[in-house]
Amino acid sequence: MLYQNYIRVLYIDLFTKKIKFENREDLCEYIGGSGVASKIFSELADYGSEPLAPSQPIVFAIGPMSTIFPICTKAVCSFFSPQTGEYGESHAGGRLAMAIRLANIDAIVITGRAQSPVYITIKPDDIIFHDAEPLWRLGVSESGQYMRSMAGAPGNRSIIRIGPAGANCVPTAGINVDTYRHFGRLGAGAVFGSKNLKGLVICGEKDFAIKNPAEYNKLYSEIYDKATKTGLMAKYHELGTPKNVLPLNKINALPSYNLKQSNYEYAANISGEAFAEEVLHRKVSCSGCPIGCIHIGWLRKLFDAGYEYESCGVSYDHELVFSLGSQLGIKNTTGVLNLINETEEMGLDAISCGVILGYMSEALEKGDITLSETIVEVKFGEIDNYLKAINYIANPPNDFYRDIGRGLYNFTARKGGDSYQYALQLGGLEISGYFTGPAHLIGGLTGIRHSHLDNAGYSIDQKLLKDASTLSAKTVAEKIIEEEVIRSVYTSLVICLFAREVYDLETVCRALKVIEINASPDSLKSVSSKILKNKLEIRKKMGFCIDNFPLASRYFETPSPYGLIKKEFTDEIITHYKKLIEQ
Amino acid sequence: MTVIRKLNAPAMSKCILCYSCMLACARLNYRAHSVTRCALKIKTAGGISGKYVADICRSCIDPTCAHVCPTGAMSVKEGGGARLTKSKCIGCRKCVEACKLNYLDFDEELKLPLMCTHCGICVKFCPHGCLEILTENKEGGQ
Repeated sequence: MLYQNYIRVLYIDLFTKKIKFENREDLCEYIGGSGVASKIFSELADYGSEPLAPSQPIVFAIGPMSTIFPICTKAVCSFFSPQTGEYGESHAGGRLAMAIRLANIDAIVITGRAQSPVYITIKPDDIIFHDAEPLWRLGVSESGQYMRSMAGAPGNRSIIRIGPAGANCVPTAGINVDTYRHFGRLGAGAVFGSKNLKGLVICGEKDFAIKNPAEYNKLYSEIYDKATKTGLMAKYHELGTPKNVLPLNKINALPSYNLKQSNYEYAANISGEAFAEEVLHRKVSCSGCPIGCIHIGWLRKLFDAGYEYESCGVSYDHELVFSLGSQLGIKNTTGVLNLINETEEMGLDAISCGVILGYMSEALEKGDITLSETIVEVKFGEIDNYLKAINYIANPPNDFYRDIGRGLYNFTARKGGDSYQYALQLGGLEISGYFTGPAHLIGGLTGIRHSHLDNAGYSIDQKLLKDASTLSAKTVAEKIIEEEVIRSVYTSLVICLFAREVYDLETVCRALKVIEINASPDSLKSVSSKILKNKLEIRKKMGFCIDNFPLASRYFETPSPYGLIKKEFTDEIITHYKKLIEQ
Repeated sequence: MTVIRKLNAPAMSKCILCYSCMLACARLNYRAHSVTRCALKIKTAGGISGKYVADICRSCIDPTCAHVCPTGAMSVKEGGGARLTKSKCIGCRKCVEACKLNYLDFDEELKLPLMCTHCGICVKFCPHGCLEILTENKEGGQ
């Protein structure tokens, strides 16, 4: 809690509908965000039960700097992933961090299962359980509108909710945050669904008086200017992350057609530049961030003769341009927006959903799966059938869709044969939009949430590319771990990772000092290592073992910027990684 | 000669909803970390996908907030709008009720209306130039 020596935790039991607050001094050493959420999760996880058992906790946390300094805008969600069967953690921006701060809370813990569907309004002085039965299977935008008008919580609020995929406990379902952000990955939406929890409305008006105004205002202005006037974050505002599309394509690092290729002949049609010129409608920020990296495209669809159009705003970024664009052979911006919009409404993880559709397209081509299973002919470039398949993943009409909605690792494990070899997952989670080299593969495999953002393997690959001929596996393993430790500082604070160059560790320590927390760069790294160890312990207890996730042969058959990646080299990195982690 | 300053919001279509203006006002005028204690509000009309509007003091030529004030804490400003003298305010909320645009909020803890001083700090921290301070030189002013 800001200016206090404790973390204020709200515990909600859905079965009894009872709540309690605890002010926990012992959690302060875990900073906040990822550190605090994972610590609380480790205390309450029911390791012997299924991920979707009612007893399992889902934890949300913000950090000490959340909305107090610019670009500290994320909230963290920890849970038992129904997709990977191990530790799940997802991060989201939007208004949520600010709303939790104004509700005078640092962390929210939800356990149990409601006896019938509910959504909850959380205010500083009240917690209200609402009947969500009529909303249960509604799409994300419609249910959000109802919750906004019915919750009776005006002002600075955040609304998070699941769509049909979450309600159906599809393990690749996410939780949508406000209108354009998500706890997308690893199946947090299914956890809400398993608890009969449609969503949360969080609001408040708590003020915190500034304790050291002169120092605080000076440092705030310095950080604000660094973020807005130096160009350090300009790319995030201008084209946004889709700026990566063309440069990645040029170096053979843009996966397309289920990674049968690492470049895409239509990349220019779905590049950041193409989106900006053709469909960009506006840019939006998370609350407390002056950058505005959320790019909204305007989707316009003809639905009948006589010039009958429907239209809506759809958020796009690089990952989705990959997963629902190049991965599926989609040739234009409108097509990509169309598919993003459908996954949004269904409440699915848009990265996993696109990668699954790409796999299905190739598997159907090969005859490994049949039309009687897929119901529609999923085929690279065919948007209408993909739209239907997205709906089927969210609302499974048969065993095939029930299985594939569990993610490609689970699907191919059940199917057997060679199906695993072209299923694009790392550590049980579908890949993100980079095929930069060995660090990205091993970073995804070993990362604590198997996200490209855990250790930025894609960035390590690009930095080391100039030394490719002399690169040692040990160097790659060291850099992956080093980066994951550093990033754990940011995800605990919870500073947006896009702002990591604005917030060097010296600046972070100065900011913490102004809000009366003493830290040094070394002490932060030390705490971060401890947080990471706690998470590694969690996943060990859940049975995670790297050896259970061999890399698919597809990763060694398609050229990367390093040429064909050698399996022996990735094996060597894994060996070094294991040794280093043991230390 | 008096310089008259008026806050204006001419370019809200460029707003990115970052709240930097509100945070700046809270921070620098009220020593507060929270956007709930500031003298302007950025609101959405129809959610985040709708229009963004600035709820600011529009410097009425005939400021009812000042006219209804029983203590003179809210006084008419030359050139339009009103000025709050905090020491004279008794927290009666009449100004809040009288505001023609329903702009004025009352802070229950401070027991004061959150009245804009048109200082322009919000303008300085807007990254997109959505807000501006209009200035006018008035001859013969006090």
